[in-house]
Amino acid sequence: MTSTTLSRPTSASPTAPPKRKKPRRRGTALLGWIAEHTVLVALGILFIAPIVFVTLTSLMGSDQTLTASLWPNPFRWDNYVTVFTTVPLLQWFGNSALYAVLATVFMLVSSVPAAYALAKIKFRGANVLFTAIIIAMLLPPQVTAIPIYVMWSNLGLTGSLWPLILPNLLGDAFSIFLLRQFFLTIPTEYSDAARIDGNGEFGVLWRVVLPMAKPGIAATAIFMFFSSWNDYYGPLLYTSENPDAWPVAYGLASFRGVHGTDWGLTMAMTMLVTIPVVLIFFFAQRVFVEGITLTGVKG
Amino acid sequence: MTATIAREGRTATARPSRARTKRNLVTLALLAPALLGLIIFFVYPLIASVYYSFTRFDLVSPPEWIGLRNYTYLFTQDPNVWQATLNTLWFVVIWVPVKIVFALLIAGLLARAKSASGFWRTLFYLPALVPPVASVVAFVFLFNPGTGPVNQILKAIGIQGPLWFNDPAWSKPSLVLLGVWVMGDIMIIFLASLLDVPREQYEAASLDGASGLQQVRYVTLPSISPVLLFAVVTGVIAAIQYFTEAAVASGVASGKAVVGEGIGNNLGYPNGSLLTYTQWLYVRGFSTYQLGYASALAVLLFVVASVILILLLRRFKAFTPEGAR
Repeated sequence: MTSTTLSRPTSASPTAPPKRKKPRRRGTALLGWIAEHTVLVALGILFIAPIVFVTLTSLMGSDQTLTASLWPNPFRWDNYVTVFTTVPLLQWFGNSALYAVLATVFMLVSSVPAAYALAKIKFRGANVLFTAIIIAMLLPPQVTAIPIYVMWSNLGLTGSLWPLILPNLLGDAFSIFLLRQFFLTIPTEYSDAARIDGNGEFGVLWRVVLPMAKPGIAATAIFMFFSSWNDYYGPLLYTSENPDAWPVAYGLASFRGVHGTDWGLTMAMTMLVTIPVVLIFFFAQRVFVEGITLTGVKG
Repeated sequence: MTATIAREGRTATARPSRARTKRNLVTLALLAPALLGLIIFFVYPLIASVYYSFTRFDLVSPPEWIGLRNYTYLFTQDPNVWQATLNTLWFVVIWVPVKIVFALLIAGLLARAKSASGFWRTLFYLPALVPPVASVVAFVFLFNPGTGPVNQILKAIGIQGPLWFNDPAWSKPSLVLLGVWVMGDIMIIFLASLLDVPREQYEAASLDGASGLQQVRYVTLPSISPVLLFAVVTGVIAAIQYFTEAAVASGVASGKAVVGEGIGNNLGYPNGSLLTYTQWLYVRGFSTYQLGYASALAVLLFVVASVILILLLRRFKAFTPEGAR
């Protein structure tokens, strides 16, 4: 778990010794290169095609989406305006933003200290606690959904997104796991040295671990933001009867039912739900890819 | 706690026991929110689920103890649970391996094609970013039998396309295609692991006269097998709770509103072919408010998930406390 292994998948070319020249094989190597890149280009087109068709259709009038033509004529840019008046899209975006931002902030406040304790302090029961967190992280949420729903129902908070936001104040299992993995990559010598310098645990966390773990914390925050932004099951459970509280991803799922076969508008809304996620990804690509790698590669 | 305490004891000679107490309190403070969260949102609901599963409970009146009746109904009378279980099993057996094989193939291609691999990696990863609801809505449109681009293109080359999400025989395979499209997360993990295989091993195998395929079999697969197993087990866990994609595909393809109805209206459309176990649990719990019976379904899911988890916890170092140190 050195920083070199971490950054390797993000670097353009992997660290490899210079290729040994094999003049005999140069012809077959070239053929192989061509074959590989043909397959890559073909697969690449297949993978990008859905995005292209969705983009094109999002610019079509509703009558044109029912014809065989695949190119917008005329370009209906106003789809992206109309969709805001067809459904309370601005409100839904607001709900999504509130859900995702608060869930992420709350998660950080509660999960960073716990992950720090698990990674950098030795205490009795640490193994039991860590195992419990792993199980909580991996168990299907449906297993515990009913009693949790009953609790929120008794508190009168069903019909809102609060049952999905507030629990993050009490830690999120996946985030704790991921943050701990990041904190473990920071050499113990640093935290030990800070302790000898007279820092308490809070001081070590604040002055040493946090500054060094910024990329890991950013990646964990982005994962949390995305999973709340994309969440369907949670809003279905708690807000399905109150459209005022819907996040935008949930609203999209019901859009076609309400607005029949207007694929142009539906695809415009599909694009609008997706764009924020893609923008965040491109701004934070490096830390994000490191995060994905760390969830699985050190098995 | 031994090493650090011992060091502190040497520098601050005063009272090690008081320092230890203080340190324990600080540790407890750091962990308190997470501990409370585990108890309220994990341990308690787990126990309560088991209790509810022996009761009749509709959220209005208090739970009423009915013994094993929910379980006998589940195993002998429930009209949908068998179909829902079989559908979920289908996703475990088909969706998981197909996704993994494709992710591995593309990761393999990317690991070899070193030129501009950042571009290719981003391209193949991009679909994984699309919110699941959006990707399902997009796929139902792309594959719609009437005017969808997929069937248009098939028609242009002389193939009569199937009804995809509107045909019980094709609805699940359509979701497998969607699963392949969004395999980016596993692909990134495979790619990192493939690039970690020491190059010398390939060169040694090549000198010994191993063919390309033999190198894959005897060098690549053994070195990435932990990651492969990780992908299989997390894939199976995802498959047994498969919910969003199936529910949204049913709702959008049937063209019926899901407003206020939850998903009860067009359950598993077409013809129950997309009704998964967790959707059935959801409907019994939150559409018809048979919370006692839904808890019995949840307990059964817990038993199955636990068996998989035990396998996982025993095999993966990353998931053990000693892992990744």
